[in-house]
Amino acid sequence: MQPLNCRDAASAATLRLKHILAAGTLLTAFHAAPALAQGTAAGTLIDNKATATFDTPGGEQTIESNTVSLTVDELLNVTVASSDSGDVSVTPGATSRILRFLVTNSGNGEEAFTLSANGTVGGDDFNPAITSIVLDSNNNGTYDAGVDTVYTAGSNDPVLAADGSIRVFVLATIPAGATDGQKGIVELTATAKTGTGAPGTTFAGQGQGGGNAVVGATTATATDDGRFAVNLATANIAKSASVVDPFNGTTLVPGSTITYTLTTTVSGSGSLTNLRVADVVPTGTTYVAQSITLNGAALTDASGDDAGTYTSASKTVGVSLGNVASGATHVVAFKVKVD
Amino acid sequence: MKYFLAFLALVLSGTAAWADVRLTSNVLVERIVKDVGGNDTVVLEEPKVVTPGDRLVFTLDYKNMGTEPAEDFVITNPIPEAVSYAGGEADGSVVSVDGGTTWGALASLTVAGTDGQPRAAQPSDVTHVRWTFPQPIPVGSGGKLTFRGTVK
Repeated sequence: MQPLNCRDAASAATLRLKHILAAGTLLTAFHAAPALAQGTAAGTLIDNKATATFDTPGGEQTIESNTVSLTVDELLNVTVASSDSGDVSVTPGATSRILRFLVTNSGNGEEAFTLSANGTVGGDDFNPAITSIVLDSNNNGTYDAGVDTVYTAGSNDPVLAADGSIRVFVLATIPAGATDGQKGIVELTATAKTGTGAPGTTFAGQGQGGGNAVVGATTATATDDGRFAVNLATANIAKSASVVDPFNGTTLVPGSTITYTLTTTVSGSGSLTNLRVADVVPTGTTYVAQSITLNGAALTDASGDDAGTYTSASKTVGVSLGNVASGATHVVAFKVKVD
Repeated sequence: MKYFLAFLALVLSGTAAWADVRLTSNVLVERIVKDVGGNDTVVLEEPKVVTPGDRLVFTLDYKNMGTEPAEDFVITNPIPEAVSYAGGEADGSVVSVDGGTTWGALASLTVAGTDGQPRAAQPSDVTHVRWTFPQPIPVGSGGKLTFRGTVK
């Protein structure tokens, strides 16, 4: 329903009208203001108009005030947040290691953002070499080589709607000289293309909807860190032998049985995958069939049924330990008889 | 319809003396600036444009320009949608949180909460503010009303 008063809204109203409609129905002159988490959309008009009703000897009258109108400016705000739950584990020399970030337009208007990544940050142990910044163009949260779009500053700066966000991957190469436990920091910075500055800095006429663009509390640029951590593990094997001779003594004579014990200890900050312990039966001895044990439990010589195998052709005892975390110890033992 | 109203207005204005009340709306933005001594000073500026979070001061000036007192004088101001009501002066205004259907002091009003149960209305729930004058506005008399809001 249109207001009954069709006069120029800017002039003070002195219209004399019989009160025909309920006052409340005259008052709805709202402009659509999309509700955003980050505030009213840029370009929204705020119109204010009051009405008064009163009685006179001639009856009730309703008058309207002028309308005062304000335009909501575009507020330039951005946030950057690392999406990795902690340090990203890497190994020295590894290429295309990925840090994930989320860039959010926390302003109230559509804005393009320039991205930059910096691997030469202080406060860390090595400098990851940035190879590319990639936009998660299929928006699945995972880096897809050849599918997600490689970012080039100035050519495909992401344009984010108010409250919109985009996942960004930073790919880097880890220096070959990095050692276990060292950390390397990468910063991702997103900057509003309209401009940055102290909060309140105004870019006249550059806001969405034709108003100004005003730098918000974030200064229209934001940075967050992602961290690589080198996690290495090393395995140490200690081998010992004990001898039982045919006379229950410990002399090494033909017919004595030697029990070899291989104690494998993994140390460092990482873990080892598919760790396998193998030992060749010494010349002059014969392997005692079905004598392999792992941590005291018997294993068969056949392959495929458990972790242990004995390969007679190469006279090799092998035990697969699988993925072994740092700090774990595994004891493999087997027996041979002296020829 | 337009012609009918024009006719009606013509007829009514021609009959007798009238209370002719002028109502003027204005809005200022409250900004905090540092003075030369580095202290925060609140200034009221006439804004051309505002950004979310700006604090606005709305004023309504009314004056009876006619020749008769205006009785049962009521001023109603709907809160613009992009503005969150932030309270009025202690001037006896009442508010509505349901688009102008029911009125009262904010503390007496409730709105449906997210769980469907009524909860106490907050200033941001206010849709309209209204002033009801118990005394007629004498000829030549007027005043100023104020309420505050924040740009959502």
